[in-house]
Amino acid sequence: MSQLTFGLTMLVVGMGGTLLTLWLLTLLIRGLTAIFPPDHGGPEGKKD
Amino acid sequence: MLDAILEALKGLGAGAQFLYTHGGPNIVMLLIAGVMFYLAVAKDVEPLLLLPIGFGCLLSNLPLSELMGHDGVLRTLYDMGIGNELFPLLIFVGIGSMTDFTPLLAEPKLLLFGAAGQLGIFLTLLLALALGFSKEAAVSVAAIGACDGPTVIYVSNMFADLGKIDTAMVGALAVAAYSYMALVPIIQPPIMRLLTTKKERETKMPPVRGKVSKTALIAFPIIVTAITGIIAPKGLPLMGMIMLGNFMKVSGAVTRLCKASENEIANISTLFLGLAIGGTMAGGEFLKMQTLMVFGLGLVAIVTDTVGGVLLGKLWYYLSGGKVNPLVGAAGISAYPMAARLVQTEGQKANKHNFLLMHAMGANTGGQIGSVMAAAIMLAVLKGLGVIP
Repeated sequence: MSQLTFGLTMLVVGMGGTLLTLWLLTLLIRGLTAIFPPDHGGPEGKKD
Repeated sequence: MLDAILEALKGLGAGAQFLYTHGGPNIVMLLIAGVMFYLAVAKDVEPLLLLPIGFGCLLSNLPLSELMGHDGVLRTLYDMGIGNELFPLLIFVGIGSMTDFTPLLAEPKLLLFGAAGQLGIFLTLLLALALGFSKEAAVSVAAIGACDGPTVIYVSNMFADLGKIDTAMVGALAVAAYSYMALVPIIQPPIMRLLTTKKERETKMPPVRGKVSKTALIAFPIIVTAITGIIAPKGLPLMGMIMLGNFMKVSGAVTRLCKASENEIANISTLFLGLAIGGTMAGGEFLKMQTLMVFGLGLVAIVTDTVGGVLLGKLWYYLSGGKVNPLVGAAGISAYPMAARLVQTEGQKANKHNFLLMHAMGANTGGQIGSVMAAAIMLAVLKGLGVIP
């Protein structure tokens, strides 16, 4: 594989993959905060 | 008797003789160690890293030093925690336990700035390849764009371990990465001002709702770890460790472990990592044109990261009808919380009623996740292409 092909593949798949994964995470966070809204009483952590 | 005394004196003078006859590169490296001490002690530039790196550099460049030789103390530290990537990962546990993802969870869209802030990684990779770097060396240099020392060391050392790049290059990359992280307050503001109009910088954003449920905060590190493991398993050690630290913090169940991660573990790992990295900076191997190119490309990486973030901010500004301040995009890098503070400062310079800190903190923590995710994805792609096993 030539250097140019390698670089462009990394740019497209790497940058695209990063954007796509983080976008997916934003959706998951939205879902998470919708399921557990701020007033949701979560368990209190134990202090050791 | 006189002969014996002369022979003994020869032994004492061997170091000075070496410096005089072959010591040119060592002297240059000792001066570089001096510069690192000056920056760390007098200028407070990343002292936690530059001081031990500088001392490691001093120790390995004193004439006839055996500290990086077989069983030398620096070699032992290197094998113990750099050669197997342990120290950067332990530092990541500490970083995770020090990071508060609340602003990000309150405004999840800010995570996208963390993706745009990684543009520098991939553009620098292209540039490094064009300049003749091997694929592995180019990826290592590009990792400086992650603005994250442990990530750079982790990625580059993986290649050094496979014999694809010089061990000395890991030292150059680490010093470049930490130097540019320290220089973020000097590098970013001119770019932020150059790419935005005063009107854009004046944009006020509505306050971030500060509350996020504890359950969401606890679930977040687990979800991010699982997603990374599924999409980019090669980067799981990086993301897994940062999320472990954060999980311990938000759970509140293991305060002692959390404090140990933030303090003792992170501090000891930082000291050992710095010394071992400094030990790789032996004059003969470090002083190459390639090292200068690494520093040049590192600067390009940080600049293009900032450009990527601000340009996404501008796009968002126009798409939202002027509701998003483009400066926030500059915080989408991993230099936490420095980049967020710079956004707040620049925003207030344009409009003293501007309070962008929470938005910028969200983008900044997004940058931390983004940088690790970008590295993880890069490693996954490299594995897919057969560049790494």
